[in-house]
Amino acid sequence: MNGSRSLRDRINLTVRDIPRSGIRDFFDIVSTMKDVISLGIGEPDFDTPWHVRESTVFALERGVTHYTSNYGYLELRRALARYVARQFGGEYNPDDEILVTVGVSEALDLALRALLNPGDAVLYHEPCYVSYRATILFAHGMPLAAETKAENGFRLTRAMLEAKATPKTKVLMLNFPNNPTGAIMSRQDLEDIAAFARERDLIVITDEIYGELTYDTPHTSIVSLPGMRDRTIFLHGFSKAWAMTGFRLGYACGPADLIEAMMKIHQYTMLCASSMGQKAAIEALARPEVDVGEMVDEYRRRRNFIASAFTEMGLACHRPLGAFYAFPSVARFGCTAKEFALQLLQEEKVAVVPGTAFGACGEGFVRCAYATSMENLKEAMVRMRRFVGRLQAG
Amino acid sequence: MDELLKILQANATESRENIAKMLNLPLAEVNQRIADYEKRGVIRGYQAVLNEDQLDLDRVTAVIEVKVTPQREGGFNTIAERISRFPEVRSAYLMSGSYDLLLFVEGRNLREVAAFVSERLSPLEGVLSTSTHFMLKTYKRFGVLMHQDTPDERLSIAP
Repeated sequence: MNGSRSLRDRINLTVRDIPRSGIRDFFDIVSTMKDVISLGIGEPDFDTPWHVRESTVFALERGVTHYTSNYGYLELRRALARYVARQFGGEYNPDDEILVTVGVSEALDLALRALLNPGDAVLYHEPCYVSYRATILFAHGMPLAAETKAENGFRLTRAMLEAKATPKTKVLMLNFPNNPTGAIMSRQDLEDIAAFARERDLIVITDEIYGELTYDTPHTSIVSLPGMRDRTIFLHGFSKAWAMTGFRLGYACGPADLIEAMMKIHQYTMLCASSMGQKAAIEALARPEVDVGEMVDEYRRRRNFIASAFTEMGLACHRPLGAFYAFPSVARFGCTAKEFALQLLQEEKVAVVPGTAFGACGEGFVRCAYATSMENLKEAMVRMRRFVGRLQAG
Repeated sequence: MDELLKILQANATESRENIAKMLNLPLAEVNQRIADYEKRGVIRGYQAVLNEDQLDLDRVTAVIEVKVTPQREGGFNTIAERISRFPEVRSAYLMSGSYDLLLFVEGRNLREVAAFVSERLSPLEGVLSTSTHFMLKTYKRFGVLMHQDTPDERLSIAP
């Protein structure tokens, strides 16, 4: 293209200036190596329960291969309304308060785009899922990150939010149980946050994709607190609790006006979530307590195992209470999180993700996912113990 | 079921130290509880789950449905326990439905199993009839699939 501007110069400035996910860079390194035990995978190692897969095959055989309603199958929305009421304490009308989306990622994008005018600010907490900041920027919002701390178990406090809030703040984004820290919020913790949101008249977007995965206490959803349902968009999906990441199936529940606005964007950009995926989701909701319960029991055993292995090897780690991540501190070894992760990978072939992939305040921590078999976990802990022992000796 | 038993049922060779970590219990308590289960006979043994189709064994397995007359004292138990004592009988269950006992019987070949049925099992007092089926291939045993698991197809690092 002689004489014309470079293609790079023509790219939208917001897109151009957002760096690639740090997790992607690390993936590129790991994928060149052999025999790596990866604790870097943010998805379940379980396969989707067989009855769900089998029913998807059956749906294909019957020719369930067409567009669905923009909102998603009504049968699925009805099942979701029952499930969300029972599991999370939020009452939604399946006709116009539930939208089925292509994963929670799409739902989050829709919610932000439906709410934000250019320059509106969004409060969220870091360390957090890799896409939050970018999704806010793509929606022309101003990201305001409150930093959660290891010393109080990476819980979010009202004071942290007050320190960051501006008059232009319109939205508060929450993600508990949290990726990457494994933190959860108690009812009392959430009540403080809810009071803050009500006083500041904020819309809350709550990503509760790990809501089923808590190991010591049941999960509390902010939608179940007084006065919150009508200012909250609740996001959830099937990826984690049902191990259905590849189905790409999520949903949003909220007041009809907000869901309608999200539906408009979804209608013009996505049309609908995949029909066979939606059929699979209907089947998944048939007996969640069995499917999910067994996985939760196994994750709890692994959580206990990894937490006590870290203690034994002298790696400081707040107790992970939800999701399937431990977030130990490596600060005392005098290296950055990235250096620690790279050296661990090169010397012992164990992959963990540097905390900085989840926000600058993740420096000094690494994310270790225990969504891997107990066999792998045992071997990974042997190798990490050896590695940490060498760092301590040297 | 006690989670300790679930772990052992899934992998009886799991080390006591690891079990203690998984359950967040002191090692001594894990040892004590396993010893109790063994003593009480809740844990009756530890076996490997073999894929025998790979071993090229001179062995056949028959599944035998048996109709019996329950006895005045002891009901089905007396006859069922008598049958269970034969070493050829690997498993025995009392069933609802059109027959009473279901047996898994092993022998070196078809003739050996046939001899067991005709010379040992059928003549027993209380055995009314038998129906023998030979097993051709094992796909799953004790919850373990016998074919190769699909490899982990997940990306090595994911958000």
